[in-house]
Amino acid sequence: MMHDTHPHDPGLPLEPLPGHSSRGRLERILRRGEFAVTAELNPPDSANPEDVYERAAIFEGWVDGINAVDASGANCHMSSVGICALLTRMGYAPIMQISARDRNRIAIQGDVLGASAMGVQNILCLTGDGVQAGDQPGAKPVFDLDCMSMLETIRTMRDEAKFLSGRKLTTPPAVFLGAAINPFAPPYDFRPYRLAKKVAAGAQFVQSQYVFDIPMFKEYMKKVVDLGLAEKCFILAGVGPMASAKTAKWIRTNVPGIHIPDAIIKRLEGAENQKREGKQICIDMINEVKEIEGVSGIHVMAYRQEEYVAEIVHESGVLKGRQPWKREVSRSEAIAAAHAADVHEGQLQNPQEMAKAAASNNS
Amino acid sequence: MAEAAKKPTGTAYQPSGVSPSRRAGRSYTIRLWSVRHSRFLEVLYNLFADLFLKLHPFWKAVGYGRAEKPVKFIERNVKGLLFDCRMCGQCALSSTGMSCPMNCPKQLRNGPCGGVRANGNCEVEPDMPCVWVQAWKGSRNMEKGDAILNVQKPVDQSLRETSAWLRVTAQAAKAREAQSQEKGAAK
Repeated sequence: MMHDTHPHDPGLPLEPLPGHSSRGRLERILRRGEFAVTAELNPPDSANPEDVYERAAIFEGWVDGINAVDASGANCHMSSVGICALLTRMGYAPIMQISARDRNRIAIQGDVLGASAMGVQNILCLTGDGVQAGDQPGAKPVFDLDCMSMLETIRTMRDEAKFLSGRKLTTPPAVFLGAAINPFAPPYDFRPYRLAKKVAAGAQFVQSQYVFDIPMFKEYMKKVVDLGLAEKCFILAGVGPMASAKTAKWIRTNVPGIHIPDAIIKRLEGAENQKREGKQICIDMINEVKEIEGVSGIHVMAYRQEEYVAEIVHESGVLKGRQPWKREVSRSEAIAAAHAADVHEGQLQNPQEMAKAAASNNS
Repeated sequence: MAEAAKKPTGTAYQPSGVSPSRRAGRSYTIRLWSVRHSRFLEVLYNLFADLFLKLHPFWKAVGYGRAEKPVKFIERNVKGLLFDCRMCGQCALSSTGMSCPMNCPKQLRNGPCGGVRANGNCEVEPDMPCVWVQAWKGSRNMEKGDAILNVQKPVDQSLRETSAWLRVTAQAAKAREAQSQEKGAAK
């Protein structure tokens, strides 16, 4: 099967295609009309690149994009730009999240250029949780741009090759622009129009908050399709497993913007193995949302249960036999690995000793 | 998105309403009244803006710069009372259903964030009704309420603490002059 990979180096961007704004895999898959799967990487609290590689390797061959979160929930972690730089080196397709909470317009525009230069093809603009939600409630909330004006700013940088100030860029950042939606928070009837605003500001794909309330999501999607937004923008429904009824309840009360109906909690409470039931609920949700008109993919948020993403995706069957990108060992890498193995086995050729042996043989 | 929120470590004394945005401990009665009467305020503002524009020769004679201080004083107090105005200097009330978006702890000017509580209150300030839930309500009463659907430019922080009324008037007067000049040229 053909993969969207650069023939010489998986870390390099793909060939540009007409009508595509980025040179990345995610946009290609969505525009081809395939059902896309993205997942969220749990950012490490360390300065070790191996931690990032390990966490990304779990998703290999199962997802089309990996979200690098930007201090989600206002908790400090490795920066999204750093994670993305590491992931692009290895050939993964990261989706870089930028939250408006921590950086002003000067920093954001600089980061967009830097990220694009390092091969980041997808950028997701977020407002961000308030600082009160995180581990450092004493921080200064920045919120210089909001997600809408951030989208517009980056779109202007990409399409008109200029900064917000009007100053010119020599090479614009070719990125696929994303945003987030939450159909499950009031004012409910404004939510579809807010998506319309985001599309007008430049959003090309959106990922939703956790979907647990199918009727509510269906109603939202109906309005979105009626407004003609599903044609202008790819909508990925957010799903994820809940580890237990207790976690679900805790998340419902403590994490802003997550709506979990009582029926789901009851189902979890009634189960013998709550973790397995949580996974099953997630698969059921995927099977429900994939049939809804206008849904182009799913976004799996399996916080601290990342190892289940592969199972969930596999058991739901949304990929329909398609295998997303996976790291493959190239020929040169295989040769280098064979040499390295020789070194470890001690089969070294020492030219001086060889010369000595040859000399003693001759005499 | 789903992540643990830790309680701040306890200190000897924690004043009530500690908040990263320092907007707690207010009464929202007048602000909510303004949203309920957004239609009335819209009409009132239109009359008032016309009057200000008619006074353009006066502002010009006095000098916009010199008028700034007293006008700003009045604007701050009137809008401060009615809307809890934050003097951002680029008033968006007409497109936000007469609910001031600068009262949002995230100062969002393009709609509600995803964290609005199920009861319609703010994520950051649990006791405050979400500015944008109110804005949507208010905009539904207004004649030009659909302005809420336009994408707003980011705030120009250098215009803080200046009079929006005077600048809007000066801009309108300039546009009017340009229009009449065009007409004159067409003749």
